[in-house]
Amino acid sequence: MSLTAEGAANSVVVDGTRIEMVERGSGQPLLFLHAENGSEPAAEAIEKLAKGARVIAPTHPGFGRSELPKGMRSIDDLSYFYLDLLDQLDLHDVVAVGVSLGAWIAAEIAVKSTARLSRLVMANAVGIKVADRETRDIVDIFALTEKEYLDIVYADPNVGRRDFKALPDAEVLAAARAREATARLAWNPFFHNPRLKSRLHRIRIPTLFLWGREDRMLSEAYGRAYCAMIPAARFEFIDRAGHFPHQEQSKAFAERVLAFVSGK
Amino acid sequence: MRVYQFTEQPYYPAWTDHSGSLRVNLLNRKCDPHVASDLFHRYYDEWQMADELGLDIMLNEHHQTATCMSSTVVVGLSVLSRITKNARLLVLGYPIGHRPDPLRVAEELSTIDVISRGRLDMGFIKGVPYEFPASNQNPVGVMERFYEALDFIIKAMTTHDELFNWEGEYFHYRQVNVWPRVWQQPHPPIWTTTGSITQARILGERGYVMATLGSGYNTRPLYDAYRRGYVAKWHKAPGPDRFAYLGLVATAKDRDEARKRGDLVAGYLRSSSIVHLPFRNPPGFLSVEDNARLLRGQTPPRSYTKDHRVIDMRSASVEELIAAGILFCGTPDEVYDQIVDFCDYCGGMGNLLMMGHAGFLSHEQTVDNFQLFAREVYPRLKAWRQPDAEDVAAQAVEAAAKSAPAASARAGDLVDATITAH
Repeated sequence: MSLTAEGAANSVVVDGTRIEMVERGSGQPLLFLHAENGSEPAAEAIEKLAKGARVIAPTHPGFGRSELPKGMRSIDDLSYFYLDLLDQLDLHDVVAVGVSLGAWIAAEIAVKSTARLSRLVMANAVGIKVADRETRDIVDIFALTEKEYLDIVYADPNVGRRDFKALPDAEVLAAARAREATARLAWNPFFHNPRLKSRLHRIRIPTLFLWGREDRMLSEAYGRAYCAMIPAARFEFIDRAGHFPHQEQSKAFAERVLAFVSGK
Repeated sequence: MRVYQFTEQPYYPAWTDHSGSLRVNLLNRKCDPHVASDLFHRYYDEWQMADELGLDIMLNEHHQTATCMSSTVVVGLSVLSRITKNARLLVLGYPIGHRPDPLRVAEELSTIDVISRGRLDMGFIKGVPYEFPASNQNPVGVMERFYEALDFIIKAMTTHDELFNWEGEYFHYRQVNVWPRVWQQPHPPIWTTTGSITQARILGERGYVMATLGSGYNTRPLYDAYRRGYVAKWHKAPGPDRFAYLGLVATAKDRDEARKRGDLVAGYLRSSSIVHLPFRNPPGFLSVEDNARLLRGQTPPRSYTKDHRVIDMRSASVEELIAAGILFCGTPDEVYDQIVDFCDYCGGMGNLLMMGHAGFLSHEQTVDNFQLFAREVYPRLKAWRQPDAEDVAAQAVEAAAKSAPAASARAGDLVDATITAH
């Protein structure tokens, strides 16, 4: 049961750290940043996005079989890691697409530099604090049972249910790593960076907020408030999807992203 | 052998009035401060009596729970360092991985050591899974944070002739200079807990006193791992004083009354695990490999009897708990025989952490338990000759050379996460 990207089909070394990375399709580069549930549930969306773009989909350090550099423990660290990846691959005119935790990474990248980015897609994004100090914006998922969690993050909880007894070892390990990696990055402060909100005005590229309408981990009001802080951002729903629209409605998700990429 | 009297200072009235969780989310409306006050005073009185009977004292802390009202162990240590005379005062433990400020910990414990005139034993622990929602410390990487806090505390307690600076991964201090400085030199003894083979070896290398809880007749592999680590580092065998074991103790003049008391004390084990499911295993508390096994539905057995029967200590009968070395229960003769038999199995064990009160055991029963134990069991335990430490350590080293203890190591690592780190 290897825990490194050594045996993975595709991998890349960034700053001495080997991570899994999938590349599919051709055309405009699209950096896909997966959500806290890992890269496996994003597979269908990646294939569909690849029909209209050159998709570059890394598995975040600490997730899947990607190595974890010593000391990496914040979304800020990850954003620099991916800025280095963009430099290393010498990509230009990149569309950064992130879901939930991946969208938070995308925002942290974009506030630092959009030199290599042309557009940004933020799906059911976390990363900021909106409400007052005694009101949660984001449900405490670590206080939920598995059933309660599936019920709030999916429009159809069956989409997220997995039979771990039947899955291959690598996938069970990836699920365990995803849970740990998420907490490492998002336990405290919980799924946000208190400093990020005041920096969002720096994102001046066209931005699309995609929002799985039935997300009950985040509210629509949270998504709209987040969207309003980025100057050239607009907000659209994806129906019959919860917190992970790329997984529940991969077709609609890919179509909306590709339409945005082509300037619609 | 030393014996430390321990109670979790439970708020047991709530044990029969909860909705499936005694920890984290049992609302404090259930706590009547007048009842809590009476209980605190009772527990301090009982510890004072333990001191007078020649026993030592152990106390701990937990958070947001009716299983243990002590949420800041420094308060208990403060009271006891003043009202007791001779007892050593063991905190087991102080969850320093959760504390925002280890300098404060060094100051508190140095003060306790001075007031008690050198009676403090410092047990530092990772903490049980349920502490993370309460402290909001990240469970991922908590051991790194723990060891940085520990290293800092030791440095703060042992630096006397200069100010020092600390700019670590987790903690930052300037001009560190702790007043008052510790009474015991170079610092009060350090204790900790584990249920993990890997960790036990590391503790042996560090030479700390290692305590286990509920490990019953699965304790020997942990002690042997410690012995190997100790021998490798110090080139001699660890004495029995390096080992501690938390056992429930119920003594009475007759067998039936002892069994009744044993059943009440076992209430600790039965209440301890009543907690809302998601709080039982926060992310990162267990290793990824252990969590993968849990996802697959594999949970290794935790406790064994001497004849290798598996028991679940949360639901086991009094007889099963006795057979597993988790509860020492009976007449003074029986209790003595059980403890000595267990220590012999361990290859020597020099510190019994005696849970002589738990749950619904009344004040009168508790006092009688202490008195019988102190007068009729303890003197014989002190006179008992421990197995030869050098022989036992040599056997441990030799056995490891012959076979890899992989299977028990894995089981032990899970035990660590679920029940230890008190």
